[in-house]
Amino acid sequence: MSDATIPRPLVAPGEIAVSGVSKSYGTAHLRKEVVRECTFTIERGKLTVMIGPSGCGKSTLIRLLAGFEQPSTGTIRLDDEPISGPSRDRLVLFQETALFPWMTTYDNILYGPRARGELTPQVLEFAEFLLVKVGLQEFRGKYPTQLSGGMQRRAELARAMINNPKIMILDEPFRGLDAMTKELMWEYYSGLYEESGRTNFFVTTDIDEAVFLADRLLIMSNIPTQVHSVLEVDLPRPRKLGDMVSSDRANEIKTEALSILHGEAMKSFSRGSKAAADFVEAYAKRVVKA
Amino acid sequence: MATGKFNLRSLARGVLSIVVFLILWEIGSRSKHWLGADVFSPLREALGAMGFKKTYLPWIGAVPAPTEVLHAWRSIITDAGYWQSWYMSSFRVLAGFTAAMLIGIPFGLLLAVNRTAFGIGFPVFEVLRPIPPLAWVPASIIFWPTQEMSIAFVTFLGAFYTIVINVVGGAKSIDVRYFQAAQSMGSSKWDIFRRIILPGTLPSIVVGSAVGMGITWEVVVAAEMISGGGSQTGGTGGGGLGFFIWNSYVGGSYEQIVVGMISIGIAGFISSELLRTLGKYVTPWLRLR
Repeated sequence: MSDATIPRPLVAPGEIAVSGVSKSYGTAHLRKEVVRECTFTIERGKLTVMIGPSGCGKSTLIRLLAGFEQPSTGTIRLDDEPISGPSRDRLVLFQETALFPWMTTYDNILYGPRARGELTPQVLEFAEFLLVKVGLQEFRGKYPTQLSGGMQRRAELARAMINNPKIMILDEPFRGLDAMTKELMWEYYSGLYEESGRTNFFVTTDIDEAVFLADRLLIMSNIPTQVHSVLEVDLPRPRKLGDMVSSDRANEIKTEALSILHGEAMKSFSRGSKAAADFVEAYAKRVVKA
Repeated sequence: MATGKFNLRSLARGVLSIVVFLILWEIGSRSKHWLGADVFSPLREALGAMGFKKTYLPWIGAVPAPTEVLHAWRSIITDAGYWQSWYMSSFRVLAGFTAAMLIGIPFGLLLAVNRTAFGIGFPVFEVLRPIPPLAWVPASIIFWPTQEMSIAFVTFLGAFYTIVINVVGGAKSIDVRYFQAAQSMGSSKWDIFRRIILPGTLPSIVVGSAVGMGITWEVVVAAEMISGGGSQTGGTGGGGLGFFIWNSYVGGSYEQIVVGMISIGIAGFISSELLRTLGKYVTPWLRLR
């Protein structure tokens, strides 16, 4: 489908350097630190996945990366330029669909170029290409509520991609999809990434999703959020669902990541977190099976 | 979709409901008893024994029967004065309602998007809002140069508060992620207003205007009754439907009272239907769930 004759605007992947970033909310003695001294790099052209227990402040980090909020201390730089606000260079896909309900699929996809007054024939052609790419050419005139969950996610991917961001930030985008659609979306999204060569930053709480997608895996510790460790996921691409199930290497990485996460969850568990308790239980079952 | 059969069935139900209502009314009115027989006599006796006056129960016999109402209606349906009443009330409703939309929507949007405007405008608004529009009637008669304007003003107030509250609430409840997404993709403030806030508030505007329209009809009728319909010319017409009802009451024509009441019901129904249709047309994404 990625025909060479179709004019696709050049993608210049970006690299984000997060150094010493902390974020606190509230004032004085009621101050709560959500992110503490985070330092990591979202490497150029790679798919970096961040995983951590739910409620560990990952979404806060995303708001900082997107520029919706400013860090309390530390700096975030995109290609050595400090981030000062929202920009088309760093587009976010939110947890639930943020497609504009009052616009058709087509108008949603064209939102960015239209807002910037860039509706050139090339952009329109690119929109056609993307519609085919995400398999929604039949649904261009439909409103978001008429699309299934998976279609909505794909429409949103297209809406982001038409802006040619230097980096795509995805905040648990497949949460809430049914298991089947979710796995298909992994394979689909992974294919899109492999083709585009764009820098992607993907946040999730799902270990299978993380290992399937990642080039690099950032494992976060619980509140305040810090990078606990970084795993290189050296699995071959293109990645297919069937290969992943049978891959020993994938299972090794998964087990390694799980044991780190388990340690983190145990810490929260001792502080009385329900989410952590669930995780510890799920982990115990899993290890017995393996 | 296969709604044809369903629509037919619900239409049949609606017709049945109205027919049964009319029959019960006719029987009650003619026999002078609820449900055609003196079914409430034990209750009345019991109440009487307890020392209540027997006449405290509402008396269906005083209400003219539907056939009589229909007869009265047929005799005035060619009367220009009757249609003049329709015209006057509709005109006042339309004038007040349009003014409420034209002022209320921008005002509500301003309150919603501008913190300073909200801080200054909203307290005054909230102090004035609980005052029922009808309480404004005497003041507005003094305040406005003509009686026509004072009725239109009271009508305007009826719809204005509802529309503003709905616009403010609707605009404020737009998901913050829409703004973030739009901002990220390079929208200007004007673009966000035009393409996010306005369509995002539209469903609330539709709801607010439908409710506002209902209030407008309530208010116009009462205002016409109180102010004497604004007609110094006398005669049958010119005062609007509210005055028509009041005039019928004063003149002792009970059939015409009911004619007036039903006329207002029909007028209100037509207005809401028109608004509903228009509302569906401007918010196409809502009807496709």
